[in-house]
Amino acid sequence: MKVTDIVEKLELTVFSGHEGLGRVITGGYSSDLLSDVMGHAAAGAAWVTIQTHRNVMAIASLRDLSAVIITGGETPGDDTMAQSNEEGVPVLGTILNTFELSGRLYSLLKEK
Amino acid sequence: MAMSFEYKVEGGDFTHAGYASSQVKKMLKQLGVDSTVIKRVVVCLYEAEVNIVAHAYSGTISVNLDTDTINMKLADKGPGIADIEQAMQKGFSTASPEVREMGFGAGMGLPNISANADRFVITSEPGTGTTLEISINLNSAAV
Repeated sequence: MKVTDIVEKLELTVFSGHEGLGRVITGGYSSDLLSDVMGHAAAGAAWVTIQTHRNVMAIASLRDLSAVIITGGETPGDDTMAQSNEEGVPVLGTILNTFELSGRLYSLLKEK
Repeated sequence: MAMSFEYKVEGGDFTHAGYASSQVKKMLKQLGVDSTVIKRVVVCLYEAEVNIVAHAYSGTISVNLDTDTINMKLADKGPGIADIEQAMQKGFSTASPEVREMGFGAGMGLPNISANADRFVITSEPGTGTTLEISINLNSAAV
């Protein structure tokens, strides 16, 4: 499943990193602790979080994550979006909370 | 093949946190190092880099690469660590509330380094600074 597929099916906002919409999502990881994601998220995972600052993109890029999904209707900072565009890692958004979004993403990835 | 690089890190500068890690990752990729090994290097270096940003005044990262090992030395000027054993415990952190709000300071950094390094030594002098020495074998994916 590609990033663009989950954007459509989960009605996500695409904030930045449009270039990476064709990336393949191989799983998901939900956490707001950066070291947790750094240590445990698998490459290709979509990261579900309420964190919006630029360091999120450093982690996403270093760990080869497929996308970042910001929950709860939060919006990323300008520097976060700039780095997302630079790295080609999409930052997406939803009004759903982390629990709801993770559940739907999990079902979607499982049914494939 | 032997290469060495040096990066400066400023305390409190979260904007550039991860720069050295990103440069080293690119270089290892170009050299064709196994992706599992690159992941371990990146986890160690990023955590150590963020520790300088979050806790110290300034620091220097020296990376030395030869055919089979990457050696990383991170020396900072800062408050130092009074009790290293305590600092190594999962969940222990002295990070400020601001740093914690960003999702750092969960007491997972040093344990992450320990889990991914082949060799990891911390020395610290309270009031002066802390030095981390981390080595990872480039030719083996095993921890």
